[in-house]
Amino acid sequence: MYTKDGEHYFIVDSHTHFWDGSPANQANRYGKGFIECFYDYHRNLSPESEVWTLEKFSKYSEEDLLHDLFEIGYVDKAIFQPTYLSDFYVNGFNTTEQDGAVAERNPGKFIVNGAWDPRDGEAGLDKLEELSQRWDLRGVKLYTAEWKGDSKGWKLTDPWSYRYLEKCEQLGIRNIHIHKGPTIYPLNRDAFDVADCDEVASAFPNLNFIIEHVGLPRLEDFCWIATQEPNMYGGLAVVMPFIHTRPRYFAQVIGELLYWIGEDRITFASDYAIWQPKWLVEKFVDFQIPADMRGEYGELTTSAKKKILGLNAAKLYDIEVPAAVTADVSGNGTAVGSDPVSPAGVTA
Amino acid sequence: MTAIDARAGLGAQVWAALATVRDPELDQPVTDLGFVSVAEVEDGRARVRLRLPTYFCAPNFAYLMVADARDAVLDVPGVSEVDVQLVDHFAAEEINEGVAAAAGFTGSFPAQATGELDELRVTFRRKAHLACLERACQKLIAGGWHIEELAHVQLSDLPDSPERASLVRRRAELGLPTDDGARLFTDDDGGPVEAGSVAGRLRFAKAVRVSVDGNAAFCQGLLRTRYPEEAS
Repeated sequence: MYTKDGEHYFIVDSHTHFWDGSPANQANRYGKGFIECFYDYHRNLSPESEVWTLEKFSKYSEEDLLHDLFEIGYVDKAIFQPTYLSDFYVNGFNTTEQDGAVAERNPGKFIVNGAWDPRDGEAGLDKLEELSQRWDLRGVKLYTAEWKGDSKGWKLTDPWSYRYLEKCEQLGIRNIHIHKGPTIYPLNRDAFDVADCDEVASAFPNLNFIIEHVGLPRLEDFCWIATQEPNMYGGLAVVMPFIHTRPRYFAQVIGELLYWIGEDRITFASDYAIWQPKWLVEKFVDFQIPADMRGEYGELTTSAKKKILGLNAAKLYDIEVPAAVTADVSGNGTAVGSDPVSPAGVTA
Repeated sequence: MTAIDARAGLGAQVWAALATVRDPELDQPVTDLGFVSVAEVEDGRARVRLRLPTYFCAPNFAYLMVADARDAVLDVPGVSEVDVQLVDHFAAEEINEGVAAAAGFTGSFPAQATGELDELRVTFRRKAHLACLERACQKLIAGGWHIEELAHVQLSDLPDSPERASLVRRRAELGLPTDDGARLFTDDDGGPVEAGSVAGRLRFAKAVRVSVDGNAAFCQGLLRTRYPEEAS
């Protein structure tokens, strides 16, 4: 819980990791390249005081994790999102089991999400069922750029992907987090294209699709699609740290999201350990759309901040929220741009 | 770079040729983005090295830039041979060999690609055009035009400006008319847009512009982080 100026903010960090990217676990040059790429993200967008050494960043301790999220980071509930990368790391980069072990040692603090890969076929469906029972899954994180032997990725619209989404419905796994990456099959197509998210969101209206990084680098395509799919959400992992390095760009992204999808479908995330929730939460609560942009984007209200920081994700995951936080939350969250038939006018 | 290498004669022409190569996704010249780390010429043999913000930048865009750089430098009179290589990238080997052999994208990634990159290029040229159209319209609106009137505006109504130059260049790439009397506000294929639909298209164009600008700035930041001493 974060409290400032008499307002209480319930914090759900919707995207956290407990990974091992250390040299001992790297299977090849791709594993080395992957953690170094993450580390550049970390160094590029963090305040200088928050930058770790590559050694610590590659493999941090459970103590670091608990300290950074719960002792100083104001987080009430953290959602673990696995990222297997089995072709890059000997024991996987960040598996459900790694996360689950931490969650079991620290009851009440974490939600453990699983993952699946349509290329695992029938056997993978059984494995998903086991995983779901073992960890009581309510969500999965899918990484469409995951390599698997000769394959460099997959699409949500692949026939086997439909089988897995049906399985999720059966198992009560309602929240599907989607992370796009630079590779996919076929490689000549735009791997970041979110059109496949559109199709499955329509086909599975009972599932929620949380598009991580709000579709970046395809923010516009995500916004356009999400206006038409009420079960589509935007996750702010990777977007949040721009609040420090490029606050005006951050304001534009938040402004676009408020315009196209509204304050009820945006969820906060640190992407820990790439960034730390403490400074992100503090800066976000203090943040306001700059005066010269308010004509087009309006203000970011306290209610909107409360929803984005925790209440929206709490709804998706049935997390109980103290009444002190919800008491004065208002706004129906309607987005101006969510009616594509008669788009709102543009003000000069 | 390399500015030192590029200063004189043929070197300057090679640099100018590379400046015509744009990152299709970020819509900026690779020279401005800091992607060219080496550009030298000796006895008509050009040597170019390209680098990107991350090890995992999308291989299809990377391929386009390497192939475009090779074509652009080969077109410089006096250059007889070109050695263009992408460095520090997961697919550098495939891309460099494929481009050198003029194997095309499918030839470079035989098991993973089902076609060339023409469609991808058109998609991103359309995005670039839309972002430029938005900037041009904001200029017109600031000059007193109303949104509904934009449906009937001609290119000649847009004063000479960087916005106009950018828009005209993107139109030419898409094969849209660039004469003064041409309709300014069009759909992706150059067709007219009804007055009632202008605001909606303009609003989406703005999202595209925010996205493209944001990606370009992020990528340049990552490049500086990755190559702190050398990045421009």
